[in-house]
Amino acid sequence: MDDLSGSNVMADFVQFAMSGLTVGAVYALVALGFTLIYNASSVVNFAQGEFVMLGGMATVFLAALGLPIPLAALAAVAVAVVTGLLVHTLVIEPARGANAVTLIILTIGVSLVLRGAAPLVFDKQFHKLPGFSGEEPVSLLGALVQPQAFWVVGGTAVIVLALKVFLAHTLFGKAVLATAADRMAARLSGINTSVIVGFCFAMSAAIGAIAGILVTPITLTSYDVGVILSLKGFAAAVLGGIGNPLGAVAGGLLLGLLESFAAGYLSSTYKDAVAFAILIAVLIVMPGGLARVKHVERV
Amino acid sequence: MTASMTARATTTVTARLLAAARLTATASMLALGLAAGFGGVGAAQAGEIRIGSVLSATGPAAFLGDPEEKTLKLYAEEINKAGGINGDTIKLVIYDDGGDADKARTFATRLVEEDKVAAVLGGTTSGTTMAMVPVFEDAEMPFISFAGAVGIVEPTKKWVFKTPHTDRMACEKIFEDLKKQNLTKVGIISGTDGFGKSMRDQCVKVNAKYDVEIVAEETYGPRDSDMTAQLTNLKGAPGIQALVNPGMGQGPAIVTRNVRQLGIALPLYQSHGVASKSFIELAGDAAEGVRLPAAAILVAEKLPDSDPQKAIALGYKTSYEAATKGQVSTFGGHAFDALFILKGALERAKSSDAAKIRDEIEKTTGFIGTAGIFNMTPADHMGLDLTAFKMLEVRSGDWTLVE
Repeated sequence: MDDLSGSNVMADFVQFAMSGLTVGAVYALVALGFTLIYNASSVVNFAQGEFVMLGGMATVFLAALGLPIPLAALAAVAVAVVTGLLVHTLVIEPARGANAVTLIILTIGVSLVLRGAAPLVFDKQFHKLPGFSGEEPVSLLGALVQPQAFWVVGGTAVIVLALKVFLAHTLFGKAVLATAADRMAARLSGINTSVIVGFCFAMSAAIGAIAGILVTPITLTSYDVGVILSLKGFAAAVLGGIGNPLGAVAGGLLLGLLESFAAGYLSSTYKDAVAFAILIAVLIVMPGGLARVKHVERV
Repeated sequence: MTASMTARATTTVTARLLAAARLTATASMLALGLAAGFGGVGAAQAGEIRIGSVLSATGPAAFLGDPEEKTLKLYAEEINKAGGINGDTIKLVIYDDGGDADKARTFATRLVEEDKVAAVLGGTTSGTTMAMVPVFEDAEMPFISFAGAVGIVEPTKKWVFKTPHTDRMACEKIFEDLKKQNLTKVGIISGTDGFGKSMRDQCVKVNAKYDVEIVAEETYGPRDSDMTAQLTNLKGAPGIQALVNPGMGQGPAIVTRNVRQLGIALPLYQSHGVASKSFIELAGDAAEGVRLPAAAILVAEKLPDSDPQKAIALGYKTSYEAATKGQVSTFGGHAFDALFILKGALERAKSSDAAKIRDEIEKTTGFIGTAGIFNMTPADHMGLDLTAFKMLEVRSGDWTLVE
């Protein structure tokens, strides 16, 4: 029989928090992908969740073909990057003069195409990957955590840091920032903004794919995992103040934690409702999201 | 040449008209006679019998709909090769609703109004089935569902039948097993999808009959990827002795893994909703010791030779696995059972008259299927009892028979 004394309160809290952080880290990475593309091109890319699916599914299937998992994972990221570039070149670039609503509808179309093609290329079953550091749970302050959770949270941290360094300290990164700030001005300073936007699609795809690979050992994957991730990632991006990378990460983690704590302390039936009610409340109080970006007038 | 082509055309047109008007057997014989009169050889030619089906071959229930579709196609072809039904070849008209009840309803209407099918099989999920039921009741179309919920056949609807075990039977089988072990306090963690919700509702209705008390309840969404929060709460529920997880899809696999992760040593019962090998693959080592009620098909080889279901279960398993290169599941078995129940009814009815087909489906007795032995009655449009369920346990990554 389990120990039912008060000392479990702490363990429960840590258990809920770790669960929330793990799920939230994935939302954060999806939100980050939204943010990158949104900044560079004002497009809200609703195919973002499909990159997560591609990462997980491609790794599973390449591994099944006999590739070692690290290699399969790398190849899967490459597949996602190529897909991201194709989406940009074939769909977004030709329609670059179109207004935001048209572009959003185009990305929804892309996500439908990818989700429709996935069961043909892969299959319709659920799949898993083995945990990178085994599956034996680790005890953390009385809570039991899958070692993969540390990979997810750690991986997210590494990606966020690397992105920050890249954007702030490399010429190319600064060109991305310049494009985000003012596309016209960036072009006038000699930046090929089309290349930058394409690059952002590639990078978002890579981030999505990495998220998919990191999380598959915990959450399993199938051809249609992208739908809900796109939705929650978008909610996280809005919560964080769309356009702000750190806000996106904060929004993702917060959404994950809200869901988990709502399930743990309130009611598992209404956890999504609770999480989204709080999200709406936050947006009413802070209409610009958690980290409001300076509004840039694009003329 | 021209004469025979005209004959064929006339027959097809007549057949369509027949299906449309649902003429009585006498009338249809008369009409065929007429067609033969006009065309010369029409009556001698084999016609076709259209069987409609609306399946969730894609979407969240694809793991159910996919094997069902493959099974229908495989056996329709096999029946046609063996001479069809009363000499008519089966023509399947299959639509994919993607798990969407609204689409299912639209397709149901199309089957009735445009495709003029003789009967409908399928409705992969309880949600899509219930959306289609009013359409088929109105159109007086014989309909055999592949979905689990007891509400499909209770209260009995004149034109609606089903082949899978009900979720209530699954609950009863689980509680029966718990009672045998003197485990009386259980926690339920269920999915909020149609299947999980329906089975949970049945479980809380029948638990008292087995002196089982439900001490705690939690739920999770159909696409949730982590249930540790809910399970942490269940773990702490006072007096809890076992866990029951009504659900289908990937949710139960994650629940199973989370139970192991949290070191919860309570017996875990899954439902027939995950009765396929992919559950064991997804849950991995965590699946060891998990029990669930399921059809005989999962343990076809392990059944004693005296079991009347052994031959049929093994036969289906072998054919399915050879044709699809995939693992057999109980879900495709439901399609198998429904197709052959309909085949039997059509053969006995010797007519495309919907009312006759329906009556013959209702008269199905002693039919040995993959899910059990079917004995339908006017009051029971499923025809299975608790013996149709076997209690299975996962041991060394495979199903074993408990008992």
